[in-house]
Amino acid sequence: MGDLLTGAPAGQVTEIDSLLVVRGICRGESMELTATTTIRKPVPEVYAFWRDLENLPTFMAHLEEVRSTGDRTSHWVAGAPFGKDVEWDAEIVDEVPGEKIVWRSIGDADVPNTGTVRFMPAPDGVSTEVQVVLVYDIPGGTVGKAVAKYFGEEPHQQLDDDLRRFKQVLETGEVVRSDGAPWGKRARKEFPQRPAQPLSDSELAKGADE
Amino acid sequence: MRANTWAGRNKVKVRDVPDPTILNKRDAVVRITSTAICGSDLHLVDGYVPTMQDGDVMGHEFMGEVVEVGPGIDPDRLRVGDRVVVPFPIACGACAACAAELYSCCENSNPNAGIAEKMFGHPVAGIFGYSHLTGGFAGGQAQYARVPFADVGPLKIESDLADEQVLFLSDILPTGYMGAEMCDIQSSDVVAVWGAGPVGQFAMDSARVLGAAEVIAIDKEPYRLQMAERAGHTPVNFEEVDVRSRLLELTGGRGPDKCIDAVGLEATHGSAHIAAYDRLKQAVRLETERPHALRQAIMSCRSGGVVSVIGVYGGLLDKFPAGAWMNRSLTLRTGQCHVQRYMKPLLQRIERGEFDPTRIITHTLALDEAERGFELFKNKQDNCEKVVLKP
Repeated sequence: MGDLLTGAPAGQVTEIDSLLVVRGICRGESMELTATTTIRKPVPEVYAFWRDLENLPTFMAHLEEVRSTGDRTSHWVAGAPFGKDVEWDAEIVDEVPGEKIVWRSIGDADVPNTGTVRFMPAPDGVSTEVQVVLVYDIPGGTVGKAVAKYFGEEPHQQLDDDLRRFKQVLETGEVVRSDGAPWGKRARKEFPQRPAQPLSDSELAKGADE
Repeated sequence: MRANTWAGRNKVKVRDVPDPTILNKRDAVVRITSTAICGSDLHLVDGYVPTMQDGDVMGHEFMGEVVEVGPGIDPDRLRVGDRVVVPFPIACGACAACAAELYSCCENSNPNAGIAEKMFGHPVAGIFGYSHLTGGFAGGQAQYARVPFADVGPLKIESDLADEQVLFLSDILPTGYMGAEMCDIQSSDVVAVWGAGPVGQFAMDSARVLGAAEVIAIDKEPYRLQMAERAGHTPVNFEEVDVRSRLLELTGGRGPDKCIDAVGLEATHGSAHIAAYDRLKQAVRLETERPHALRQAIMSCRSGGVVSVIGVYGGLLDKFPAGAWMNRSLTLRTGQCHVQRYMKPLLQRIERGEFDPTRIITHTLALDEAERGFELFKNKQDNCEKVVLKP
């Protein structure tokens, strides 16, 4: 089916669609996600914010809490998107200050995972380019189902959104909220959202409905 | 509070909604004293913009008094009691786009940026009352509005200018002005403006202020052309004459040096993610005459001239005259207005009497009469050019 109005073959639309999903790659039970953004802050500041892993839950939707347990070790608690009671320990296995941080889950993690984040000065001399690669080993059972459901058909979108919020937090101080998407990083709902009108007292009191 | 809301296609409804509160530290809440209906609101009412929802508070042209500020607002920048005009694009002031004064392309102000990115390639700023695609922010056709990044956008009005003289700094005066500014106007230029609605009228005035030799207004509504003529512009009624021939007559056969499209394309929103592809085709087909203004501007413009587009486009455009554009060295410039960039200098021009923004106001109604205001404006009844609403 072609587009009568533009004369473009419909195949072009399909190609664009597939470009959008190609960045989340499933290899058997393992899923690799990559995303990148540019943040208008100097490398040391961006690096330091990420290196304090306890900051990650402020912008990563699937995390409830990360607690440092040592200089290179930490305990991670997943949020509702990964299902309940999913926790693991992680260790930083490689770090070069101002350049990269590499971590991996250790022990008997429910969702074994590794992550790499690289920081590079942007050509404008002001900003920092951030590249993130996350690899998850998707387990079977309910946890695996929850994780698969969370990532859905466009797994990279979650990481893109995480980095968008990372940028918001560093550049503006917090995650941006609107009336239609009032709960910051918890707003990850498919459309339709709530109407773009102010929240009632009971909605405000109830908070995010997760 | 009372607010005018979207209630489905071809329907707006004034209803009671909760009062806004501070959600982010740099928010303010403004008690609105004047607000307006914009031509681009008609795209929403006509049902051509996806991601509108029943109950969305409309409106992106508003001003009023600050009644609450978040803890992140520097009191030297904004305080309770300040009288402010609020720009329609929401901009953080900190990202690369804001640093380049490209405020309508702010990288941080749209919580639904992921959706906008799919449609436009890169995300666009949040906009008040303009669908969830631009963030899902409640708008300003209401008694109160929450204003995010209130330390960046709102312009304080410290003189005794009436609301009607400064209200349009929120959108249409800067939008018209940017349309003229993008034309890089020289003193010998003849500037033709397609569309004599509110934005077109201000584009014409701006072209004159920026030194154009002559300004031509193209429309089909006699009362709108008369309004332009009274302001000193030359009317061309496209229902009565062949526009290209008339423009050649008026320019010694050269064609206008600079052309401004203040019409836009009503119906081009669509996204594989949001709406089925058929919806896009349907939407475009319903408005086939709309891209006519842009095509005509490109075909009419003299070789080497500038075509400046400030009418709203949202999706895909059919039969773009790329041959004329390329072979005749035309420059095409466009953008949603970077309002914050223009508010202060345009306020000064208003204070100096270079602009009289009140000249386009034909109707002033109570907020509760918003529905009638939309009818008048949409159907061009009662010589309606611009409706101001008083909450």
